[in-house]
Amino acid sequence: MRLSGAEVVDTFAEAFPMWGARIVITAESPAWAQEAARSLTGFATSVIGCKCEAGIERDLDPAETPDGRPGVSALLFAPDREGLAKRLVERIGQSVLTCPTTACFNGLDGPETVDVGGRLRFFGDGYQASKRLDGRRYWRVPVMEGEFLVEERFAVAEGVAGGNIIMLGRDGASALRAAEAAVAAMRSVRDVILPFPGGIARSGSKLGSRYSGLIASTNDALCPTLRAQVPDTDVPPGVGSVLEIVIDGLTLEAVRDAMARGLHAAARAGASHVTAGNYGGSLGPYHIDLRDLVPAAREG
Amino acid sequence: MTLTLTLREQPTVPLETEGLSPERLAALGRGEIEALTVWHGNRRAQVGDFFAVSGDGGEDLRIEGDLRRVKFVGAGMNAGRLTVAGDAGMHTGAGMRGGELVVEGDVGDFAGVDMRGGRLVVEGSAGHHLGGGHPGERAGMHGGEILVHGDAGEQVGAGLRRGLIAVAGRVGDAAGLRMLAGTIVALGGLGARPGAAMRRGTIVAMSPVTLLPTFSFACSYRPPFLRLYLRHLRELGLPLTDEQIEGRYARWCGDALELRRGELLILEPRR
Repeated sequence: MRLSGAEVVDTFAEAFPMWGARIVITAESPAWAQEAARSLTGFATSVIGCKCEAGIERDLDPAETPDGRPGVSALLFAPDREGLAKRLVERIGQSVLTCPTTACFNGLDGPETVDVGGRLRFFGDGYQASKRLDGRRYWRVPVMEGEFLVEERFAVAEGVAGGNIIMLGRDGASALRAAEAAVAAMRSVRDVILPFPGGIARSGSKLGSRYSGLIASTNDALCPTLRAQVPDTDVPPGVGSVLEIVIDGLTLEAVRDAMARGLHAAARAGASHVTAGNYGGSLGPYHIDLRDLVPAAREG
Repeated sequence: MTLTLTLREQPTVPLETEGLSPERLAALGRGEIEALTVWHGNRRAQVGDFFAVSGDGGEDLRIEGDLRRVKFVGAGMNAGRLTVAGDAGMHTGAGMRGGELVVEGDVGDFAGVDMRGGRLVVEGSAGHHLGGGHPGERAGMHGGEILVHGDAGEQVGAGLRRGLIAVAGRVGDAAGLRMLAGTIVALGGLGARPGAAMRRGTIVAMSPVTLLPTFSFACSYRPPFLRLYLRHLRELGLPLTDEQIEGRYARWCGDALELRRGELLILEPRR
């Protein structure tokens, strides 16, 4: 398939279920909300090594936040509900509670919730106080700066992780240019995050390794430097660099939409090829065919 | 269409209408409604003896007429909306658990006592013991919201256990007396001895307050939770200003004769 001069490989991205939550952080200024959100979502690129995947979804206007202050919404994903609850407590406790002027709210509606503020309240050492408003309970935790306000329960929902597109370029600069354009286009989609640095991963992985104890290792079939060494290379002639964008989302539709926009933008920005990663269909129940995204991308 | 009960004339002695709740009346026909029991003084009577019943409103009920001698209007209601077109008597909304009760005039004493949920809106003023407990009970209101657009009498939120009481006008003496938790917001000033014997909870004042000596100053700051509360109240129609929502508040802790876990938050003048 051809799209804006790029060859789109007839394959699919293989995505799988993961539990997600939306965290809304507010602060006195957009800069402090961003500081907290960056800290909250730091070192959360892959469940393989970080136990969760997280990213900033978007900045929030004061009119969109519960307390009318500038804010940021972030999404955090983990393999199971219990793990997600632990990561929320750890990360909000270490990165938002500690950050000047911030408050932290649940940003997702849904019947399933986990206790977050109710755990963090113990930092108040008995001086914490709760407030209930409009059916929601908040905890006021005294801190040296003043007071940290955190919502007690955060909604969690089964989302979709592992959506991806892979951009191939003639050289490193052209692959990066295509990936950057894709990231910029995908950031306009709500309900998704791109958990890798700047949204881009240069080190896509395959399952397993020749070394025992490693559950993932470099995707040698897509390493241009190994093109002459591996028996089953997927790097076409003339390709010098490959980059991947991983997408986690609250819904399959959002992930698919982000992939479509990214695919279109990468093709327009000069990618020679666009493909997607999968495990032969053995890992995840969600298969997103690039073939289905090309018409959508053209219409968008 | 709204189900409407129109009081034909003001009763000579108080009429108690406990149980005339929207969700209950929604399930009944006109004849059944007219046959419901009310108490006229110490005499059993029927709704039809005092009210003309018209319309068919589902869970939307309207009561019209001079209800100043009608007690327990909307008491115990769980759901739906009840509008009182004018004043209502004592114990209005007592023991409410849900729904919305709007009184377009004033309410008598003990309005919203022992409330557990729902919202009571008084577009006029309220009497004494608003959101308190029944006489003899330690705890007052247990949940829900009371909004008063006018003034309120003495002992607002006495024994308050949970919930929110907001008064746009002036609040009388001893607001939050012996309160256990919850929140009282007074936009138009507080009378004497606010928070006397309070254990926990919050009283918010927008003008200077004469404090009991058993309250101690902690600091001046912007309580993060208060922004949520005040924005919520503004959405519900109370006249909150940006200065009040974003302002600094002096935090006074007390009552030292109890746990000293309660607080009075007093808006500071702009510097």
